[in-house]
Parts: sequence; C-alpha cells; structure tokens
Amino acid sequence: MKILIKGGTVVDPSAGTLRELDVLVEDERVIKVEAGITARGATVLDTAGMLVSPGLIDMHVHLREPGYEYKETIATGTAAAVRGGFTAVAAMPNTNPVADTRAVIEYVKKQASVAANARVYPVGAVTRGLEGNELAEMGEMREAGAVAFSNDGRPVVSAGVMRRAMQYARMFGTPIISHCEDDTLVDGGMMNEGLTASVLGLKGIPAAAEEVMVARDLLLAEAIGCALHVAHVSTAGSVRLIREAKRRGVPVTAEVTPHHFVLTEEAIAGYDTNAKVNPPLRSKADVQAVLEGLADGTIDVIASDHAPHADYEKAVEFDKAPFGLLGLETTLGLVFTYIVEPGVLSAPQALARLTVNPARVLGLAEPAINPGAMADITVIDPNHEAQVNPDRFLSKSRNTPFGGFWLRGQPVATIVAGKIFKFDQEGR
Amino acid sequence: MSIKHLLGLQHLSVNTITQILDTAGPMKQIISRNLKKVPTLRGKAVATVFYEPSTRTRMSFELAAKYLSADTVGLAAASSSVVKGETLIDTARTVAAMGADVIVLRHPMAGAAELMTRYTDVHIVNAGDGMHEHPTQALLDMFTILELKNTISGLKVAILGDILHSRVARSNLWGLTKLGAEVHVAGPPTLLPVGLQQLGAHVHDCPEAALEGADVVIALRLQLERQRQGLIPSLREYTRLYGLNAERLALARDDAVVLHPGPMNRGVEITADVADGSRSLIAEQVTNGVAVRMACLYLLTVGDGGREDIN
Amino acid sequence: MRLVEKAQILDEKGMARALTRIAHEIIEKNRGTDDLVLIGIRRRGVPIAVRLAERIQRIEGTSVPVGFLDITLYRDDLTKLDYHPVLYKTQVDFPVTDKIVVLVDDVLYTGRTTRAAMDAIMDLGRPKVIQMAVMVDRGHRELPIRADYVGKNVPTSTREVVSVEINEIDGQDRIVILDRIGQNE
Repeated sequence: MKILIKGGTVVDPSAGTLRELDVLVEDERVIKVEAGITARGATVLDTAGMLVSPGLIDMHVHLREPGYEYKETIATGTAAAVRGGFTAVAAMPNTNPVADTRAVIEYVKKQASVAANARVYPVGAVTRGLEGNELAEMGEMREAGAVAFSNDGRPVVSAGVMRRAMQYARMFGTPIISHCEDDTLVDGGMMNEGLTASVLGLKGIPAAAEEVMVARDLLLAEAIGCALHVAHVSTAGSVRLIREAKRRGVPVTAEVTPHHFVLTEEAIAGYDTNAKVNPPLRSKADVQAVLEGLADGTIDVIASDHAPHADYEKAVEFDKAPFGLLGLETTLGLVFTYIVEPGVLSAPQALARLTVNPARVLGLAEPAINPGAMADITVIDPNHEAQVNPDRFLSKSRNTPFGGFWLRGQPVATIVAGKIFKFDQEGR
Repeated sequence: MSIKHLLGLQHLSVNTITQILDTAGPMKQIISRNLKKVPTLRGKAVATVFYEPSTRTRMSFELAAKYLSADTVGLAAASSSVVKGETLIDTARTVAAMGADVIVLRHPMAGAAELMTRYTDVHIVNAGDGMHEHPTQALLDMFTILELKNTISGLKVAILGDILHSRVARSNLWGLTKLGAEVHVAGPPTLLPVGLQQLGAHVHDCPEAALEGADVVIALRLQLERQRQGLIPSLREYTRLYGLNAERLALARDDAVVLHPGPMNRGVEITADVADGSRSLIAEQVTNGVAVRMACLYLLTVGDGGREDIN
Repeated sequence: MRLVEKAQILDEKGMARALTRIAHEIIEKNRGTDDLVLIGIRRRGVPIAVRLAERIQRIEGTSVPVGFLDITLYRDDLTKLDYHPVLYKTQVDFPVTDKIVVLVDDVLYTGRTTRAAMDAIMDLGRPKVIQMAVMVDRGHRELPIRADYVGKNVPTSTREVVSVEINEIDGQDRIVILDRIGQNE
C-alpha cells in the first residue's frame, strides 16, 4: 500500500528547515522524498499549505492501564494520541500494578500493539511500587522495552535512593525522569503559593518545593554522570538551575507542558478542578521564564503530562480532586498558538521539541522524513483554527481546562508505520 | 439585593454590603422583643449542612431562620450519609430535592459552597469554607463596629493572629476595605498568607505596629493544633509575642473596641481581662450575628423575581 | 406606563382641616386621651401621626405617645415581589398592651397593609383596641377592614393612583389622583 503526501512542506526539525517536497510512503517506510512525485495507485494526501513533520512524540503521558481503565485505557489513550498528532508516547509507570517489573512493561507493550494506534514506549518505575525504598528491576525492564525510569507522581524522597538509582540507570544508558517535588515543602498544598491561593483559601505550594529537588537531582546527576531528565519544569528557579547546570556540562534535559506555558495560577479562580495539576500552574513570571527556557534551549522537550481522570473524580471539593489534566488532544494546537504564532520558536524549532529532542532523551531512532525511514508522520495545518470541544475527545476523560479555547494549528493526519489516521475539520 | 448566593465578600458590591448592614438593624429589634418572631419567611425551609462542628454558627443561623418563621433542618456530617461516602454534590441535590430553599453550608474545604451553587438551584449561604471566607462573621463584625462607631470609613482596624488559616480575616479584609477602613493584619510569619498587601492590607509580623492607634482590634482564634503542626514553637511563646493583653491594647486608641469571632482561648490569643473588659464587644457580636443572618436570609429569599444570578 | 395628574382632591388647607377634624374625632370617640397612643405606618403615616399628636396636644393639653411601625416583614406579598422593599426600624418605645392604638396611614386601599400592621402591633403586645385613621379611603377593599377616621372618601378606579404628598417627605401638602397612561398595568 502506498501513500503519496503531495504538495506540503516537509519539516526537518534537526536541521531546522522547511522544504516543499512530496513524500511517498510504501508499507511502513518512507521510500521517496522529492519534488513532483507521481505514483500510480497511491492514496494521495493533498497537503498544500500544510506542514509534513516527522511523527510527534509525547514523552510524558499517563495511559492508566493497567488498573485505572475507567480513566483511560491504552487503546483510548493511544487513539487520543493519534488524534492529537502523536505517533508515539512514553507511558508513565504509576499504574496498578505499578510498572516496576518486566511483566507489566510487557503487558503495556502488548496492549499497545493490540490497539495499533500510536506507539507506546513504557517508562519503568525507579523503585518498587513507587515507594521510594528498594530499586525496581531496571535491567529486566530495560530488556523488556522500558525506555526510561521514573517515579512520576511519587518523587523519590531519599537522596540516597536517587543516587543509587542513577548509578544503576547509568549502567544501562537509560535516563532517569525526575518529578521534582519535595513533599515536606508541598505539605498538602493544592496550588501555587501566591495571591490567588491566599484569596481562594487554598494551601499554597511554594516554588522551592520543586527547585530544591531539581537542585538535588542536578548535583547527583553531575556527580554520577547519569542522564537526568527533569519532568514538567514549572518555575523560573528551576529553569535557572537547569540552565546553569547545562552550562557546567551536567547531562540534563528538561521538559515543559503546554499548561505551564499557557496558563497561570489564575486559571484556578472559581475553583476549577480541571486546572488542578501537579506541579501547579504558576505565576506570570514563571510562565515567562519557561518560555525563555524554551527559546534558549534550556528546555528541550514539550510533553503533555496527559493525566486523565473521570468526571466524578473532578466534580468534588478542590482539595479532594486528583491532580492532573488532559493534554494529548490539545498540545499541538497550544504549541502553535502560544509558541509558534507569537514567535517564541519557529515551527521547525517547536517541532524539534516534539520530535527529535524527546527521541534523543529516550534513545530512540532519530525521527526524520528520509527514504528508508520509518513512516511515522504528522501532517499539520498551521492555519486551521478550531475550538477545543472536550465532548469530541477520543480520550476516555474530559478533564481539560482548555475547553472553549480557540487554537490555531491542528493535526490533519497522523501516519504510524504507514497506517494513516485522517481527521476532518469536525474531528474524525 | 441582586444576588442569589452569599459565598463571600470578595464579590459583593459596597451597595449590597450596605444593604445587608442596614437590614440587620430592624432585624436586631425583633430579637430584643418579647415575641421574637415575624411571619416573613413562613413556608420557607432552611437547611444547615455542617461538615465541621460549630455549635454557635449553626445555632445562630437556625435561630435567625426561626425568628423569621422559616422551617429549619440540620444535617451534621458525622451522623449522615456523608460518612457513607456521599459526595457534596449528591448531598446538595438531595437536600434541594427535599424542598429546601436555602442551604447554609459549613465545610472544611475552600470552594465547597461555590461547588454547590453549580449543581443546585437553591440559595447557598457560605457559613465558612476552609480558609476561604466566612461572610456572615465579617458582616456581623462590621455591623457591631457600625453600631458603636457609626462609620467604617477611615477606621484603623487591626486583625491579630493566625491570618493564614483564617476565613474570618479574609472576609473582614474584603468587607472592611470596601467600606473604606484601613486594615492592618499581624501574626507570626509562618501564619501570614502571601500577597495580602496586593489586596490593600498592611501586613506586620509584630502586633504592636498593627495596634498603634487602632480604632478596632479583632483577635483571631488560634487553633491549638498549630503548635503540633510546627507552625509556632509554643502556645506560651505565641501568647507572649502575639496575645492581646491590656498592655498591648493600650497602644490602640482610648476608645478602641475589641472583637473576637469565638470561641475564645482565654489566655492564649486574648487575656481574660481584655476579653471580659469594658472595651470588649464579644457578647454583642453574638446577638448581632443572629440579626445579620436574619438580614441575609431575608434578602436572599425575598424578591426572588427580579434578581440576577451574579455568583 | 406613566402617571398623569388627573385631579387634586385636597390642598394644603383642606388637609389641615381634615387632620384637625380627625384629631377631634379621636378625642371624642375615646372620651379623652387616656391610654391613647398613635402609631404611624411607615413611611407617610409617620408625619401624619406626628401632626395628629400635635393637634391633640393643642386641643386637650395632653401629650400622646407616637410610634412608627415598619410592616414590611408582615407583608403577605413578599414572595411575589421582584424587588426588596427597604426595611426601616420600628420605633414603638412604649408598651401597647391595654392601650387604645390608633394606626395612622395615608391611604386605605385593599386593607392588606392594615392587616399587616395589626399583626405587627399584636406581636408587640395586646392592645385594648386598635383603631385606624387615614387621610384617604379610596375603596376596593380585599379584606374585611374599615377605617375609624377618614380625611376624605374618594371613589377611584383601580387604574388610578392616590398620592398623598406630605411636606416632610414631598415638600408640599396636597392629595392628588393620578392616572396610569399606557399599557402594563
């Protein structure tokens, strides 16, 4: 089976270039990239005015399976991924059972292949049961296909445990993804510490809760030489610490979520539990700082931290609601609307943070549209504006604070290993 | 009054606040009569739904409703389906379905009252939600101040103690500044919320600065568990550094009055001689609480035809 | 809808004469001023009650207690209103039990205000008798209530409005009939 992607602009995020070329896909590979291709019998995808990008990778999602299938399954989560333009996702291990053994990693991979939507790269737990005491069997999980290790959502409290985890992960050349948060500083906090929290009467989470652990993990990574990836950076202080560490040569990378560069703590006024997320939405100054971090390369990756929760779990008192919000089906639009359109980054630069950069962090093959490359491709209409309608999400959950937002820049088709998923203007 | 719910003073206009305070005066007359009942809210039902133990606020609301001839019914969290895991929204819907016109909600979590407004059609009165607001307490404080000082504009009001956890302080800050008072808050740095200056408050970590020349002093209750939580070193030291005693009160104006939302820890945040002294309006606050709550229930439930839902 | 003045019923002098006559009638009917108290219904009943008390004082040489009553909380139409009537303080600083209470109002119309006023008075105590004095009785009663003292009986249609203007509130003394012009009765 052949697909001819015709008339579009091919993005090379590594080189930062845009070229008007046609792309011919046969079965699961790209076989030809040049101007003016004609191919008899091929399905033609008219991409005039559109960007043809290597497939997007969201390196931070929660697919909830096994254990929380009422929030999301691997099938629904990967369908949402494809709908959002992602050809691959990295799935966090805070499932039930926790992805801390070969068996769970293999289960996740198997369910992903049955679903046959986006690729799923499992992330294994750093410690057994995310408890933060004993190391999980990283070697076995690595063999089974884990691409990184993380205790996302349950930070490794003990510096000693984190140090040993890094020593182990270094042996496999696998990064540790650190959710940086000092629980004694969070201390039951619900949102960013500041005027909004004071007015709402919600307990604040100081910026230092994140920054002290970023500092700790940077020092440990520097000492051990383990690749550290700081998940969902949210504060100006974290950006500064990572920038300085990179200058010193610490093997660190970092990611930011769309909600942390689009929204501030003020989104919570009115107690919107869909804006309750961890780390919390921060101040305007923090948003400015993460945008600068994205612009100067301090922050390498944009990832959604897609965290589905059922409606009834969010329709409760703010204190009782779980942290987390959806991201897979809004990330691309938010990146184009809030990063590309205002000129924080060019389209190829922004797409690098969604393709080649996460691939490098996770040690995956370099995403590119070259003859012979795997046909993982995302076609984007950078000018199409659409309103976010959570009722149309393919995710099982609806917990987004972006409902009603008008976003410019929408995925039009997602091709995973030559299998094409196409969307009309109304969404599927 | 053009509001459907009373959630807090942050979003109330000066006009609405003034209307409530003006209405509380005639209501207070009813409480002082032999026959403490008017037929005004005959046929209306007021449900008090309390997720925190609070004898006085609950009793105050229930009496306010009864003096206006409304029927009252109470739901206490400990003895209800709440312990069986019913959600707040389901509880609200259930109470509304039984025909309650007003739900008076006390809840340990901020935003609980606002949450209820999104899922029911009845009037919601916030009787204290977490660290957020306690509007009727602030209104009764303002009414008490007005009775004695005839104005709030231009007064210096000092609020002392655990500002961080105090919904009373927040509601008073909104209300008093809207009516033109100069509000000073003072407490230990570990018990001061971030950013209050941006709301027009003067924030101090020593009580003397707040008390200097004050017309009104509001001493807040110190929850005794704050020591266990490590927020203050000891109650003894707290009393020494922040307690309202005669010596400190002498810094305020000679005609300064003392308020306390109760229940008091005599000897912790306020000494007995100040609490029971001639400048204390603490007993009067309790009476005024009923009057102000009558005013609120009356203004919320009467004249429904033309109100806009602003909350 | 707007109101247009149709006719003047009483001018300043006419009102004064009517008040003097009512004062005499009150004294005559009650054989003096023993146990007599006047209670004006807010708002326009208040200055009328004060004036009646002044006249009684002039005639009899005795001072009659005057109170003011706000009947809002006793109205029977509160749930139907689409606005909040302003609540005023009731000022009755004397016991009403075993007294002859003369309620004073500007206009007697449906009788519902009087009913509310009687309930309000009886919540304050147990008067020996309650009487009613009004400047204008315009008819159209909806309750079995009548006035004991009337300044002027004025037959009206329900479309019309009777406006008693009092110097203390309106800057002049006179009584006029207004007509509603336009739709939306």
